[in-house]
Amino acid sequence: MASIFTLAFKLLVNDRAKFAALIVGLTFSVFLMVQMISMFSGILLRASATVLNTGAALWVMDPAVNTVANSIPMPDYVLDAVRSLDGVKYAVPFYSAGALVKLADGTYQSVNVIGLDDTSLVGRLPLVAGRIEDIYSDNAFIVVRDAEYDKLHRPTVGTTFEINDHRSVVVALAAAPVSGLFGIPTLYTTYSRALEYIPNPRFTLSYILVEPKSSDRIPQIQAQVARLGYRALTAKEFVHQITHFYVYQTGVGTNILIMTVISFLVGLSISGQTFYTFILENLERFGALKAIGAKARDLVQVILFQALLTSLTGYGLGVGLCAVLIALAKIRLPDYSSTITYTNLILAFIMVLVIAGISSYVGIRKVIRLEPFDIFRG
Amino acid sequence: MPKPAVQARDIVKWFGEGPTRTDAIRGVSLEAYFGEMLYIVGPSGSGKTTLLSILSGILRPSGGTVLVEGRDIWRLDNDELAEFRLGTLGFVFQDYHLFPRLTTVENVAIPLILRRRPWAEALHVALRFLKIVGLESRADLPPIKLSGGEQQRVAIARAIVAEPDILIFDEPTASLDGETGRKIVEFIRTEILSTARCIVIVTHDARIAEFADRTITMEDGRITGIVRQAAGAE
Repeated sequence: MASIFTLAFKLLVNDRAKFAALIVGLTFSVFLMVQMISMFSGILLRASATVLNTGAALWVMDPAVNTVANSIPMPDYVLDAVRSLDGVKYAVPFYSAGALVKLADGTYQSVNVIGLDDTSLVGRLPLVAGRIEDIYSDNAFIVVRDAEYDKLHRPTVGTTFEINDHRSVVVALAAAPVSGLFGIPTLYTTYSRALEYIPNPRFTLSYILVEPKSSDRIPQIQAQVARLGYRALTAKEFVHQITHFYVYQTGVGTNILIMTVISFLVGLSISGQTFYTFILENLERFGALKAIGAKARDLVQVILFQALLTSLTGYGLGVGLCAVLIALAKIRLPDYSSTITYTNLILAFIMVLVIAGISSYVGIRKVIRLEPFDIFRG
Repeated sequence: MPKPAVQARDIVKWFGEGPTRTDAIRGVSLEAYFGEMLYIVGPSGSGKTTLLSILSGILRPSGGTVLVEGRDIWRLDNDELAEFRLGTLGFVFQDYHLFPRLTTVENVAIPLILRRRPWAEALHVALRFLKIVGLESRADLPPIKLSGGEQQRVAIARAIVAEPDILIFDEPTASLDGETGRKIVEFIRTEILSTARCIVIVTHDARIAEFADRTITMEDGRITGIVRQAAGAE
């Protein structure tokens, strides 16, 4: 390390009280920022759980659909029409609706019922107990063993309950990579059984899952579906649409944004104020350095190094603290929906750099304008 | 004939413009020589600190020239001026301006660090100069643990560590008691001054007058007298 940076390091770190205040302020700020945006990422991830767990290449839906949970049923002939489109390898129906389960002790629990194509079971999850072929036995359902599993009183293969006065039997347990957003358990069954068990309006087809002959046929399929008056989205586009809905068409995005901005301002004010005080206290010495022969760029290097060092230290500690607390929270609260993504880390990093930039700018401005002559004048 | 270290010609300096203009220096010419200890004395507001700042490349004059070792320093740009101060001058400020969060030896090493000397090497050299001012044993203490006289000696060590040709002292005894002040100036005279070095001191302190080779008296921005200690009034 160049000796000028060693000097900057010592000037900063040896002032333990201010250094600690800077680090605590930045750590707290980064913690809040990462926590806020991780919570939002967790919510968005869970909002797209069905799309991510199903793994279909293309989803055909009514154009007014905003999120996977709020499907608008389509008439059955749309399935036939989609199957006949150029570029479609196969297309299967997909059912998704809410229902009430009556448990053995007489209590009721809301669930989400997913109905998969009877023949192919496209969209099924990997099983952790039971056999997939048992889905064809009478009254068979598969329970997803996710964060909400306990709400069904931890059923096992053979457990029975009622859905709309129909006897239902758990024939298998499935693992879901992502749990749902709304805090209710998920059951899988065949498409026809889902229609049989759950009262439905005139149209019953929630989505059509499409497998194209090749990925480069997707735009062609999307155009043909659009001509039918419906919309075909890739899984990625569907997730993006759900994200867009939650960010821009609900209060969630705005509230999280406000909290993130507040965290940013807290960090900025703490570090900016402390850093400015630090510069002010050392102003005479910086003036003395200028008189001795330090160039403006030497002092800028010193200040930038100090700002960057505190910011990066605060960033590391803040992210670490956030990761530890999220991990601890998830042990106690399975529903806790925070996810630290690379995007979150990059966002927080950019915000920390902005904090460092603004904090050091204030100090640099002061030091650059400082006249060494003032040192002689006392 | 001693060689001139600093030659100032017709220096004028004013602050402000129009009715608010204040003339701080009104046509000062002087020379300071190698091997000489030159005092600039005068009452507050006489312009001695302004003159010192102009001679040391810190404050741009409104007119006149300053040659240091034959080079017109006010033709240099800001970076060149900084380079010149770092390479040619050593400063001892009235309040020392030592960094309280650095150790004594680290404070002394600062001019070397600004010259991009490696940290360990700079400390090694600084320790040698601390020994010269008799504070080797205090190397690892922060300046705040030192007495006023010791802090002054640390400031002197910092000023001479890069072995400059010209030393600038601003009120070196202002924060010291009479006895300590005398000892410090005596030390500067006997240990720091050499035939290859020029020392310029701005002071109010009449008790240290005996150590000067020449004393320039200023009043109202003008030189009102030059006294050569050995030869009497000029």
